[in-house]
Amino acid sequence: MTYIPFTSAPDDPYRMGQQRGVHGGGHARGYGDAGPAPKRVVVAYGFWIFLLSDIVMFSAFFATYAVLHGRTAHGPTAHELFDTRNTAVETACLLASTFTCSLASIATAVRNKPWFYAAMAVTCLLGLAFLSLEAREFAGLVGRGAGPTRSAFLTAFFTLVGCHGLHVSLGILWLLTMMAQVFAKGFRAHIERRILCFALFWHTLDIIWVAIFSIVYLMGASG
Amino acid sequence: MSPQDNEPVMSEFDSAPGDEEAQGGVIGAIRNHSIGLALAILLTVTSFYIAGTHLVWHPSIPVAITVLAIAQMGVHLVFFLHITTGPESTNNVMALAFGVLIVFLIIGGSLWIMAHLDQNMMVMTQT
Repeated sequence: MTYIPFTSAPDDPYRMGQQRGVHGGGHARGYGDAGPAPKRVVVAYGFWIFLLSDIVMFSAFFATYAVLHGRTAHGPTAHELFDTRNTAVETACLLASTFTCSLASIATAVRNKPWFYAAMAVTCLLGLAFLSLEAREFAGLVGRGAGPTRSAFLTAFFTLVGCHGLHVSLGILWLLTMMAQVFAKGFRAHIERRILCFALFWHTLDIIWVAIFSIVYLMGASG
Repeated sequence: MSPQDNEPVMSEFDSAPGDEEAQGGVIGAIRNHSIGLALAILLTVTSFYIAGTHLVWHPSIPVAITVLAIAQMGVHLVFFLHITTGPESTNNVMALAFGVLIVFLIIGGSLWIMAHLDQNMMVMTQT
């Protein structure tokens, strides 16, 4: 079978947006008779754009924290406040939950309900463990007089880490919704797309946590 | 199409971010994610170890933590979000590149401007 140069733009080495390997590989998706990309790809791409905008929002909070982390108003500093062991346990919870979330995605791909429920339940429990550790840490800080009103540094800290915690809480609500929807409706195409978006959301939260534990906790503890 | 056509092996469609790889089956997918998890744990443990150690020259610690964090984000992107350099993932990578550009502009720009502002404020308080 010969390659038909007609179907791909000459300045497009990757021949993006084309259906390959079937029907002779000559049908251009989005350009011609092969039609637009599958809905799964479109939905996930749109959600990926949303996640990137969420990351941009977090970058503003990171910038605020980076600018203000020395403005302690003669109050406690990051070095005095943060407990690296607590952060390590939180990190372990979130990292493990990202892995179990992957297992749930794989279970969805092969339509295995028991494994899906098990993986999602473990993800949920690990997320709740993370949230309870964070809540305990926040309560401890406020109890020691290091609440968000103490200094600009602590305001920025509670905003940044609290915003991530809020995302995790919403993620857990979404997770439970997905379990209920799979229970009620099974692995239908639109449910699978929602599970795909949820998995992307959960993995992205872990990426943001990597930045938080590195910049806020580890640099704070070593600095 | 003959194998000598020098065509890269591609999936049928453009891939969505987070799509599970088609080949390899369940075992392959779980193995991929386990490799990602192992790499992430390795980088995390190194990060926490470096932050608490006195073996390393102290000013180099923030740089090391930053490098490890960026490496770990890369691991998460590749192994969990499946953002790869393959041709079927080009759209996702382009969006990511734009996002990274904005993030660096916001964080780098804020730090840069505020550091200069700080210097000016210092001069004002001294006079």
